[in-house]
Amino acid sequence: MLGFSKGVSRRMVVLLAGAALVSCSKDAGPVKVGVLQSLTGTMAISEVTVKNAELMAIDEINAAGGVLGRKIEAVVEDGASDPVTFSQKAAKLIESNKVVTVFGGWTSASRKAMLPVFQRTNNLLWYPVQFEGNECSPNIMYSGAQPNQQILPAFDWAVAQGYKSYFLVGSDYVFPRTANLILKTHIADRKLATAGEEYVPLGGADFSTVISKIQAAKPDIIFSTLNGDSNVAFFKQLAAAGISTTTLPVMSFSIGEQEAQAMGPQLVQGSYAAWNYFQSLDTPENKAFVAAYKKKYGAEAVVTDPMVHGYINVYQWKAAVEKAASFDPTAVRKAAVALADAPSPMGPIKFATNQSLVQTAYVGQLDAGGQFKIVSKSPTPIAPEPYDRLAFPGKTCAPA
Amino acid sequence: MDGVVLALGQGFNGLSVASLYLLAALGLALSFGLMRVINMAHGELLMLGGYIAYLVMKAVPGTAGLLLALPAAFAGSALLGAAIEATLIRRLAARPLDTLLATWGLSLILQQAARNIFGPIGVEVRAPAWMNTAVAVGPLSFATTRILILALSVVLLAGLALLLTRTRIGLLVRAVNQDRMMAAAVGVDVRRVDMVMFALGSGVAGLAGVALGLLGPVTPTVGQSYIVPAFLVVVMGGLGSITGSTVAAIILGVFTAMVQIFVDVSVAQVLMLLLVIAFIQVRPQGVLAPRTRALDA
Repeated sequence: MLGFSKGVSRRMVVLLAGAALVSCSKDAGPVKVGVLQSLTGTMAISEVTVKNAELMAIDEINAAGGVLGRKIEAVVEDGASDPVTFSQKAAKLIESNKVVTVFGGWTSASRKAMLPVFQRTNNLLWYPVQFEGNECSPNIMYSGAQPNQQILPAFDWAVAQGYKSYFLVGSDYVFPRTANLILKTHIADRKLATAGEEYVPLGGADFSTVISKIQAAKPDIIFSTLNGDSNVAFFKQLAAAGISTTTLPVMSFSIGEQEAQAMGPQLVQGSYAAWNYFQSLDTPENKAFVAAYKKKYGAEAVVTDPMVHGYINVYQWKAAVEKAASFDPTAVRKAAVALADAPSPMGPIKFATNQSLVQTAYVGQLDAGGQFKIVSKSPTPIAPEPYDRLAFPGKTCAPA
Repeated sequence: MDGVVLALGQGFNGLSVASLYLLAALGLALSFGLMRVINMAHGELLMLGGYIAYLVMKAVPGTAGLLLALPAAFAGSALLGAAIEATLIRRLAARPLDTLLATWGLSLILQQAARNIFGPIGVEVRAPAWMNTAVAVGPLSFATTRILILALSVVLLAGLALLLTRTRIGLLVRAVNQDRMMAAAVGVDVRRVDMVMFALGSGVAGLAGVALGLLGPVTPTVGQSYIVPAFLVVVMGGLGSITGSTVAAIILGVFTAMVQIFVDVSVAQVLMLLLVIAFIQVRPQGVLAPRTRALDA
């Protein structure tokens, strides 16, 4: 008897606690979201500003009344440039802080480390950076460019300029290897030449051999997927070998306004980059965005592609929550791919059914001030293709 | 013909890489040879040299700045080296494992300090414009910067050789190197010799930092990317032998440059490691083993 009554009372306690929880969540307190970027370590220079842009969107939405009548409370965590930390902090945000969604991530390694956490908890990650494709999880919204929205438009531009011989240089990890695999397939498909393909370890600073091979191969253009500080060493040693960006153009996929500033604009002046957003875009939405960002974070602040992706992710989440009338991650991601075209600092955007973003591609050339002069723009926004048709035939995203 | 041109070009690139390895390794060889301590913070002395060059050349741009940066970097790194020797290494020298851990900790502290002061992204040491040229010899072209760095390491080597063989401090260093206790017994101030040599080795690391800054960015972790090749050079060269280190640096530099004709940089580094492992198996005492009468050698 004693055991029975104890069981009842336990059950009662659980029920009461459950009721208390339900009444709590019905309460119109703030709704928590996670913001998870590297605030320390190597990647901090790039990711802190993405965090700033995400928080700015949250502040703007709160000032305008919040989402479904509730204020947004951002729980900011530091991924510390370390994939394992990213995965631990994602679990902490979802399981201890009970966030309804998370904005964050930068490197593919950080995304891949967080993915199992989001799948296990069935939560939703909004990822803001261009990447190599070859992945589509229902638990991630990929707003950064797929290869067909950044790399291939840059290649099309180069073909239109009449460049016939391509030299591929990259840091040795998944993004450059996959990007170059796709590029080589497309170069061969157009009957053009891959003059060389070279990889240097991440952070590597010796390009003597690479440059000798470039000099021997005499390509028309270099496509560079080098990352971080290797870029500085590469451009310096190119200059030291007497090769200037005017005689041999370089197209980079990881140099934005911020990196150009940090590296010294003179060093990279005249080189090209491909992104879905440039700070110099001449649209009313972009001017308003840049002005608001500078007002909040200082007149010297520069704005880059991943920051704008972080910013629009928050607004797309808000729109999807309102369409679904729910914070439930499954309902939100289903609503997110059914939204109408939305204006944004980077032009009209919308999430396709594969949970990647339909967006415009631009090619820009760096000027002496570290800003881009836009030299080419895709005629219409491009639909995202996580699996390149030529390089990975037959592979598609399973319907979400 | 193309193959010959490429091989000749790679020969030069190999010597250029060797000169960088050697500059990074010389200081390590000096302190290791004399005191048998492994200074894990050696890379950060290199980093300091790079940042000093950055600051000097920001204040005084152009050739004058570079000429000023070299002694400034030497002095700055030598001072920090002397301070490390006096506060850490001297007190721990009898305990090799503790020295290893303490200098490793110091290396982390110095890296984070640089990150806090200069930021995590690399700063650029802007070389004078005339250095951004290449000297063409027939179908080959050699970057002026790399020629100058080669010259710097040759001059430095000659200077060190003169210092060790022709001066009084050099005599004392060789005495301590051969038999520390006997040298102390005949009245050599062993501690002062240690301090001077450690500071000298650190200063050379500072010069190496300037050279690296001319070729790439100076980052908080710039020393880390050269410390492993530097250790390989010292180990392969034979503990503390300057001549041995020079030979080892040339072997490793030219080897990596030559294999890079066939494989990419990542694979070349793997092959370099394999070469060193194989070499140590065959000749554990290194290229040139120092002759010594000390029992512990």
